[in-house]
Amino acid sequence: MQILSLQGVSQEFGGLRALDGVDLAVKEHSIFGIIGPNGAGKTTLFNLVTGIYRPTEGQVLFRERRINGVPPFKVTRMGIGRTFQNIRLFSRLSVLDNVKVAADWSQAAGIVSTLFGLPKYRREENTSTQRAEELITMMGLYDKRMEYADSLAYGEQRRLEVARALASNPTLLLLDEPAAGMNSTEKAELMDLIWRIRDEMHISILLVEHDMHLVMNICERIAVLDYGRKIAEGTAEEIKNDQRVIQSYLGVEQ
Amino acid sequence: MKVLDQIISQYIDPYYMRIIVLVGINIILALGLNITTGVTGQLSMGHAGFMSLGAYTSAILSMRMGAPFWLALLVGALVAAAFGFLIGLPTLRLEGDYLAIVTIGFAEIIRVFFLNFQPGGKAVGLSGVPQNTTFSLVLILVVLVIYFNYRLLKSRLGKAFYAVRENEIAAEACGINATRLKVLSFVMGAFLGGLGGGLYAHYMYYITPQNFDFARSIEILNMVVLGGMGSIPGVMLGAGILTVAPELLRVVADYRMLFYGALLVVLMIFRPNGLLGDIRVYDLKKRLGRNEVKPCKS
Repeated sequence: MQILSLQGVSQEFGGLRALDGVDLAVKEHSIFGIIGPNGAGKTTLFNLVTGIYRPTEGQVLFRERRINGVPPFKVTRMGIGRTFQNIRLFSRLSVLDNVKVAADWSQAAGIVSTLFGLPKYRREENTSTQRAEELITMMGLYDKRMEYADSLAYGEQRRLEVARALASNPTLLLLDEPAAGMNSTEKAELMDLIWRIRDEMHISILLVEHDMHLVMNICERIAVLDYGRKIAEGTAEEIKNDQRVIQSYLGVEQ
Repeated sequence: MKVLDQIISQYIDPYYMRIIVLVGINIILALGLNITTGVTGQLSMGHAGFMSLGAYTSAILSMRMGAPFWLALLVGALVAAAFGFLIGLPTLRLEGDYLAIVTIGFAEIIRVFFLNFQPGGKAVGLSGVPQNTTFSLVLILVVLVIYFNYRLLKSRLGKAFYAVRENEIAAEACGINATRLKVLSFVMGAFLGGLGGGLYAHYMYYITPQNFDFARSIEILNMVVLGGMGSIPGVMLGAGILTVAPELLRVVADYRMLFYGALLVVLMIFRPNGLLGDIRVYDLKKRLGRNEVKPCKS
């Protein structure tokens, strides 16, 4: 079954066509990669799926429900979590609070329960704290749970973003360049982590990445974008040998 | 309560008493603005507008309708909160400077409205507001306001307000309805603004629209910024300092505002995040803990 599908999706910014009739189908429990040169429209595609932009044309379907035009916070509550290419943590909140604040909001206590400490509020505080501590432990950040998020090292901040994205119990996780700025050890750990998220938490993964080694190793299917168009899709082997892909990355032989 | 007020008034000079009560009222006003601007990061420069709504509504209710004081205060605060909602809804889609300008405009509209409002005495203002605001009442309300602020800010909902301030896009990606929270923060800030205004009117005996001008909005904003955006003890300290400072500076008479301004500039240079803006109990404990460990290491 497909968890996410894009049908003829285009996005225009004024005269610029950032995405041009893109079709995409992400199967449930798969790891799907999107690659492409800078400016190919990869992040635009993420922003479309998460509701930051509304596509000019086409349909975005999440579990067979149309989600174009749905505001970002609702998209998250429907089950799509994401991380950002340029880390966007809540720098003046503690590590624990960063994750806690992202736990499920659909049943959240209102302002009255909060102010008077009613049972509903206490239950929510307990469950969200517990959930956040589990995720922080999984990311190896438990010892730093009280530190401000901006005092963490770069790799830790990336992991914290993943923990935060998982806190809302997504069924689809979007990772925007998760390996950016990581060394090879950290990249290996990241690959293990992505597999664990898929296998143990049963979450489908869609990722954008520049690191070919990582993409080729963990993605079951890869789509290549260039100037807003999808120029190829297939397994790692197929992509490696695709003439158009080689051209868009390396240029045409004279 | 009456007994407490009587005992206190025997021991404390009325001049100091007045400053203490004003510090209390300013703490309530500043903690209100802190929710909107300090915690949620929505720059509001029209807090005096909410204050005047609370002041005039409650004063008119007490004087003309003979409403009991608690009811007048409550209705004043609710009217201010209702305006907070009405103004918050359309304007909170704006950010930063644009929101600031709209809130300044709102406060000016309110001020000009009361300048022409017959039941409010127009430019002459209202005199003879019953002096019901007492030291003990202000004390109780300050304690309650601090308690509820504390409850809110340590809750998950409170952390969501901070999250909206820190990064709105990421907050939305966490499932937080940022627009709803921004409106809510505006309503709560306005409620406390209205409450502070009601207390002020029933303490001063006499109010005019000029009590609630742009300078007053800025004064309250200064308390929040100086003390530390989003920090309850910080904002209380800011309210205390900025209420007492003008009194202490009476010695320099005409140069008062000059010193007042200089004080702000110096503090902002040395503590850009406000006096207590980035200090947490956890960090203090850790620092103390480290000091204890040191002798063992050497």
